[in-house]
This record gives sequence, C-alpha cells and structure tokens, in this order.
Amino acid sequence: MNLLKLSWKNLTNKPLAMLLSIVLFALGVGLISLLFLLENQLQKNFEKNLAGIDLVIGAKGSPLQMILSSMYHIDAPTGNISLGEIRPFLNPKHPLIETAIPLSMGDNYRGYRILGTEPKILDFYGVELAEGALWERNFEATVGASVAAELGLQIGDEFSSSHGFVDDDDFAHDHNFKVVGILQPSGTVMDQLILCTTQSFWLVHDHEMEAGEADEEEHDHEHEEGEEHDHGGHDHDAHNAVPKPLLQEADEEEITSLLIKFKGRNFQALNMQRSINENTDLQAATPAIEINRLFSLMDTGEQALRILAVVIIFVSGLSIFISLFSSLQDRQYELALMRVMGATPGKIFSLIILEGILLALLGFVVGIFLSHGGMQLFAGAMQEAYRYTFSGLEFLREELYLFFGALGIGFLAAILPAIRAARTDISETLSEG
Amino acid sequence: MLVTKDLQYTYQGDSKSLKFPDIECATGEQMLLLGQSGSGKTTLLHLLAGLRTPGAGSIQVNDTIINQLPSRKLDQFRGKNIGVIFQEAHFVRALTVAENLLLAQKLAGVNPDLTTVRDILEHLNVGHKINARTSQLSVGEQQRVNIARAMINKPSVILADEPTSALDDKNTAQVVDLLRQEADEAKATLLIVTHDNRLKTIFENQIEL
Repeated sequence: MNLLKLSWKNLTNKPLAMLLSIVLFALGVGLISLLFLLENQLQKNFEKNLAGIDLVIGAKGSPLQMILSSMYHIDAPTGNISLGEIRPFLNPKHPLIETAIPLSMGDNYRGYRILGTEPKILDFYGVELAEGALWERNFEATVGASVAAELGLQIGDEFSSSHGFVDDDDFAHDHNFKVVGILQPSGTVMDQLILCTTQSFWLVHDHEMEAGEADEEEHDHEHEEGEEHDHGGHDHDAHNAVPKPLLQEADEEEITSLLIKFKGRNFQALNMQRSINENTDLQAATPAIEINRLFSLMDTGEQALRILAVVIIFVSGLSIFISLFSSLQDRQYELALMRVMGATPGKIFSLIILEGILLALLGFVVGIFLSHGGMQLFAGAMQEAYRYTFSGLEFLREELYLFFGALGIGFLAAILPAIRAARTDISETLSEG
Repeated sequence: MLVTKDLQYTYQGDSKSLKFPDIECATGEQMLLLGQSGSGKTTLLHLLAGLRTPGAGSIQVNDTIINQLPSRKLDQFRGKNIGVIFQEAHFVRALTVAENLLLAQKLAGVNPDLTTVRDILEHLNVGHKINARTSQLSVGEQQRVNIARAMINKPSVILADEPTSALDDKNTAQVVDLLRQEADEAKATLLIVTHDNRLKTIFENQIEL
C-alpha cells in the first residue's frame, strides 16, 4: 500500500469528481495538442509543396485563391488565360525564366483532380515514377500514389473524367483516359493528382461540344436511314497523338495557370511580377508571400482557439483544486488518523500532491489520445479538403512541453490543499470527530 | 511502560492550565482513566499519544521521553509503539479492511504483510471481512477492526478513547474482553480513557481525573 496506490484509490473512490476533472483537463490538453498537430502538419504540407516555384501566373482574381488552386489544388481556379497572352513566358529563350509549366484543371475522376501539364512538373516536387511511364500522348494518365491506392487504379486501366472538382456522374465526359504510370508516394500534392497532357483537356471539351452537335444532327435526321455520319471522327487522330509543344498551339487555346521558376531571384524578376499585374490582364503572385498571408490569417483564428484552450486548462486546474479541497473536508479525519498511525506531514503532503498530479496526468493522456485519435479519424476527410495525407500517429516536441505543463498545473492545483492537509492539527480534528 | 510527571496543558486563549495526576503504568498493566465530559480526558489521551505537546511535565513511554522527540521522530515512534483506538472507528474509506491494516503497517515503517493482517483479523473474529469496504461493517465489527489496526504493529502501549461508548452491553463486554486479551498476549500496557460506568467493575487500577 504505497502512496501512489493510496492516492489512486482515493481518486477512484469518488469516480464522478475524478471524471469531471479528467474530462475538463483532457479537453484543454486535447484542444491545444490538436492545434499543434494541425498547425504543424498544415505548415509542413504548405512548405513542402512550395517546390521552389517563384511565381504563379493566372487569371485576375484573388492571388491567394490562385496560389491555393494552382499549387495546393484546393479551392477553385480564378479563371482561364489564353495561350496568346502567355506565349512570351513559354519561350525557352526568356531571359529571366528558367522553367514555365502550364497547368490546366477543372476535371476530376471520382473526386481526384485531373491536371493537364508537362512531365517536368515532377522535377519541381522531386517525384519519381514507381511503375509504368510518364504521360506523353493525349489521354494517357500518370496517377499519384494516393490516387492509385485509393481508387485501386493499375496500369492499363481506363476511366472517364467528370467536369468540375466533385465526383458527379451527371457531368461525366465520354472520353476514356488510360493509366500508363503510377508515381512514387512523396508526401506532396502530386500524390493526390491525375496527370495528363494539356491538350487532353482541350480535346475533352471540344469533343463534348461536337458530340452534342452530332447528337442533335442525329435527332434531326433519324428518318434518313443509311446516310453516313462522320461525327467527331476527325479528332480520333488527335486522341492518341503526341501533342505539339504549347508554343506552337493557337493563340485562342486556354490553360488555367502557369508555374514559373526564375533563373535567379533578382530585381528584374521581382519587377516582372509587378509589370504583369499592372500592364496585362494576367495576375502574378509569389507563393511564399501568399502562404505567409494565409498563415497569418489562420493565426488569428488559432490564437482565439489557443486562448480558449488555455481558459479550459485553467478551469480544469481549478476543478482539480476544488475537488481536492472538498474531498479534504471529508477526509480530514482519516488524514489525521494516518498521522496517528505514523504518517509524517510530508507524507500527507505528498499524498495530496500525487492525487493532483495523477488527475492531470490522466487528463493529459486522455487529451492526447483524443487529439491524435481524432486526427487519425478525420485524416480521411481532411485529406480530401487539403489534398495532403494527415496522420494522428505523429508526435511533436511541443507535446512534451505540454506534458510538463500539465504536470505543473496538477502540482499547482494540489499545492494549497496539500499544505492545508499537512498542517492540519491532528488532535483537534480527532477531538471534533 | 507509561509514566507521566506533573503533566500540564494550556488550551490556546485560556489562562488557566489543566493539571493531570501522575500516571505510572508498568509494562503489561491495564488501567482505567475515569472522568466526566469536559474533564480533559481526550486531551490527556492525545498528550499520551504525542498528538499534542504538553505545557509542562514529561511523558515517558518505555525508555523514551516522547514530548522531547522532534515531530518526525515522534510520528514514527507513535506508529511503531503506540496503538490508539478511538471512540468511533474511522478508516481510510477508499480502502478495504485489509488495505487499512496494510497501510497501518506501512506508515509505521513495518513491512506490509498480508499473513499478519489475516491472522489478526481471524483472531478478532472478523477474518471473513478481510476484503470488505469499511463502510460495510457493523458497529461491532468496526470496533474489532479498529482494535486490529491498533494492535497490528504490536505496540507496547495501547490507548483507547471511549472504546465502548457507542456499543450496547453485549458488544461492550466482547470488546473489553478482546482488548484485555490482546493486551495480555502482546504484553502491552493498556490504558482506557472513559466515563463508561460499565467498565468500572472490570478493571482494578483506576485513576479519577
């Protein structure tokens, strides 16, 4: 019957009071730990996906929205831009630009975004092929690791895309993509994407229009049997073709945005962003700056939650204090009895302190379990929202500090009751019976 | 052996101090301290148990003057050498009967030993309650467990404060028998503080306060 066991028995003797203290403490700890986890994993995700991209060029609108849609593939794009407007940036002889990668988006397959782009995008993210080949011809698709795993896609599988970013059969296109390769998992947004040529996008949408017309035509002439129809036949040649370089495509064709890497970040490069924004119908934005802006926006909300969590922890500390103090009132006689049996005031002091620390410790464990369990449980939903694999199994250094903080609060909450218990006059308590 | 000399106690905020008659109780002797309510019986018992410090005089238990011990030493000495039985049996409520006795051993610095605990409970006829909560005991059983707890460390002095005042005649007789028997077997000095007239006929040595 050591002190630890005794304090544990004392606590479990009043299970409801114990439960209240633990639940309150767990809420506070859980909320703080969840904030740590979210902040840490989001930040890591955003930084990982910056991928050395210096500038994003797209249609005018919110620069943050453009960055979110073009680089993190959350939120909708700001609009389309025509090849004519951006042709100079595509020129490999541009003095400032090292690489320019076109992006076309707006379709999905079962909720996973399809991105029309060029294979060199993989170099930015440092992603390699796991098996198969990179997309080269139109309607060939190389899929991210998570996409392949989640949808069970294998090389040779065919699928048709849907319009928009949500899985909806009503908007299904009737063009079949063919999986030619699967990427290695990288923890970047590439895991979550289906990659194909820019021209596949144009063909899907052109064909859609022509197919619609053909349908009408067919309807008009359904009585004229035997008449030959050649609907949409012409683009079947383009279907499996290796597309021309974008630089050679027509001015009116459109893409969604352009990722730019400069040869060096110098004054001229910085100037280019300003001149695009001021002199053209395009918009240019720097990812790092926009993401910092996003963090500072989120920070305000996080700050409020953090204050809330601190208040909850304070209240739970108070509840430990009150429950110890009131249990002391009931237990004065038995504490005096323990003194008669030979317990020193120090032992009584330690007993009460142990009870406070035990409560805090249990609250901490339950809280951490809640936050990590919750994180793991909602990882799926968050993955869909943020295009990033979240994990509840990752532990942070901050949580170690939180652990010591929790112990400290348990100690502080118990110290007054413990001093009072240790100082109680045995004789008087026993006389009062 | 328990000897007191010129024992005095002054309550806080009281100008008059309480004087107690000298007590001399040899090892193994049994004695009754009689007094009406308010005569300072309980105060005397607390002084003897080292729970209060006397204003003047000395208390000797075996070879130790206990009112000169530093408080930490006194706590340990009390746990080992003095068994106290209170009017109403109180226990650590969160613990079972056995755990209460094990705690008494542990706090006195004796190695907790379940066999000793079981033996003493059997001896006092409450062996079947060994794993019961103390709140589930009848008054008589409580007082037996109370005695068991006071005796478990084989103290040389047993102090009992009105051990029978809450009990009926039958239980009183049993409890007093048990106390005398246990004290005899342990060769301990037994000192009972009481105003219970039923006990007067049983004990030869009596001191009136």
